[in-house]
Amino acid sequence: MRDGAEGGAVAAAMDLLIRYGEALGAERLCETRNVAGTMTQPSPAKAKLVEEGGWAKSFAVINLDCDDDIEIPRMKVPTCQLQHGFGKDASGLTSYPEQSIVLQGDAESYFSERGVNILATCTPYQVGNIPVRGEHCAWMESSAVVYCNSVLGARTNCEGGASTGAAGLTGRIPYWGNHLPENRFGTHHLAAGVPVDDFQEWGMLGYFVGDAVQEGRPVITGELVNPDLADLKHFGAATATAGGVEIYHIPGVTPEATSLEAAFGGAAVPETLVYGEAERRLVYETLNDQGESTDVDFILLGCPHASLDQLERVARRLEGRRIHSDTELWVMTPAAIRTMADRSGYTRAIERAGGRVLTDSCPAMSKAAPDGTRVMATDSAKQVHYLPAILGIEGWFGTLDECVDAAITGTWRGELSR
Amino acid sequence: MTAPDETFSGRPIVAGVVEGEALVSTETISGFGGIDPSKGTVIEPRHELFGVCFTDKVLVFPGAKGSSGWSGFFQSTRLMGTAPRAMVFNVMTTKAVLGAIVTRVPSVVECTPDPVAAIRTGDWVRVDGDRGVVTILRRAA
Repeated sequence: MRDGAEGGAVAAAMDLLIRYGEALGAERLCETRNVAGTMTQPSPAKAKLVEEGGWAKSFAVINLDCDDDIEIPRMKVPTCQLQHGFGKDASGLTSYPEQSIVLQGDAESYFSERGVNILATCTPYQVGNIPVRGEHCAWMESSAVVYCNSVLGARTNCEGGASTGAAGLTGRIPYWGNHLPENRFGTHHLAAGVPVDDFQEWGMLGYFVGDAVQEGRPVITGELVNPDLADLKHFGAATATAGGVEIYHIPGVTPEATSLEAAFGGAAVPETLVYGEAERRLVYETLNDQGESTDVDFILLGCPHASLDQLERVARRLEGRRIHSDTELWVMTPAAIRTMADRSGYTRAIERAGGRVLTDSCPAMSKAAPDGTRVMATDSAKQVHYLPAILGIEGWFGTLDECVDAAITGTWRGELSR
Repeated sequence: MTAPDETFSGRPIVAGVVEGEALVSTETISGFGGIDPSKGTVIEPRHELFGVCFTDKVLVFPGAKGSSGWSGFFQSTRLMGTAPRAMVFNVMTTKAVLGAIVTRVPSVVECTPDPVAAIRTGDWVRVDGDRGVVTILRRAA
């Protein structure tokens, strides 16, 4: 493909993948039919390229690392767009520039004509892109990568905008890192000595694990109580926030760990690091160290993007109640789940209370919250880690109940249970 | 003669030879939420280089952390004219390797001895991305 027989764009894509593979020290490329990347999100650099030579120029430079003027053909293998900037539904709600919304709409038309599925979410696995066990993928978005490897048992490295662009046009990605079976076994053993039994607890454990193992491959045992999709989505996102975890194992829950021994591939199980009361409290305090004022003006839910179950939980708590006049509540979710929430009555319940269900993005991705926000609160360990730093605001982390309470009263009253 | 601890042998991943002033971070660096490509500065409040500009410096650091947007953020520094002059790092991740490639600056990885421990901010260094050698030419005053 590098010889140009399939056109300039495919040649540029293959050239980039070979440079990238060689730099990694990969022995070869492998085939993939599942790519999740980003092309449509506006940025100042991209806007300038689009002005110069349209979306073809933007894709060539940003997604293929190529300065030539080339035609961009249809993607060779199934490729989706992950979360990007705010869409039309957020128009006028923040100081996010209107021209970025227009630019992104333009990009969606261009790339969907080239075979890119506009899933517009950080959780493609919630809306139809569910890799099978062992499948070689080329995904970006750290929270999706860790879910893909760990919960689904598919194989992907934490790719970037350029490698996913090149993978979409070629169906190839370097066979390196998480693609090799021997690189998927555990490196650290952590045991929960306190019950990890709800969404908040899973997020806190994830933040602890990520900080403890950094780029490692943790295996977690202990008092882990029946995690659901939302729990593991939150847990993985937190591990990839406090550290760079791309794969973890929970014996009896995740598919590649039938037992503790299997999770380490038969190698000796390393010394156990314990997550106990003191560690749990320290994580809670770390996640809340960006909060001072209890006057909350923004509640953010749905990081990573909310599942339908989560929307139901929010709707049930807001039914018949009214959000404080100085407070905004947003729930971020994929557009496809928003449609289901509309039909199931959840959107109506949330909107009647004064909240909003928004799609495509999140405040951290778009660097925008409701105008005048000084203090935010969230049930997401990842969002409370990033958003206060990105926007220069205060942040609180708590349970969904505490977030809803703050939305209704305008006052943060969260505290660690037990 | 250069003292033995002032030459570092590694693997070249992006070609080219440049000289420049070193900026050393003992901590890994984030792209998304970690740097501002329009200014070429580190913006993570708890980072040791918080507020420091890396533009035109030889960036010597352990490796990348955080979001998969790392390569895209460093690519943006190239497009906005705020890129470092070279990269030297030892922890191999897809984020940092792809980032070095799309930033298009001479880059050497997996050096011995560890450049983060031996090179100091302000040292004048040469990064040979053709042969995979990093050399301290002049120590900071």
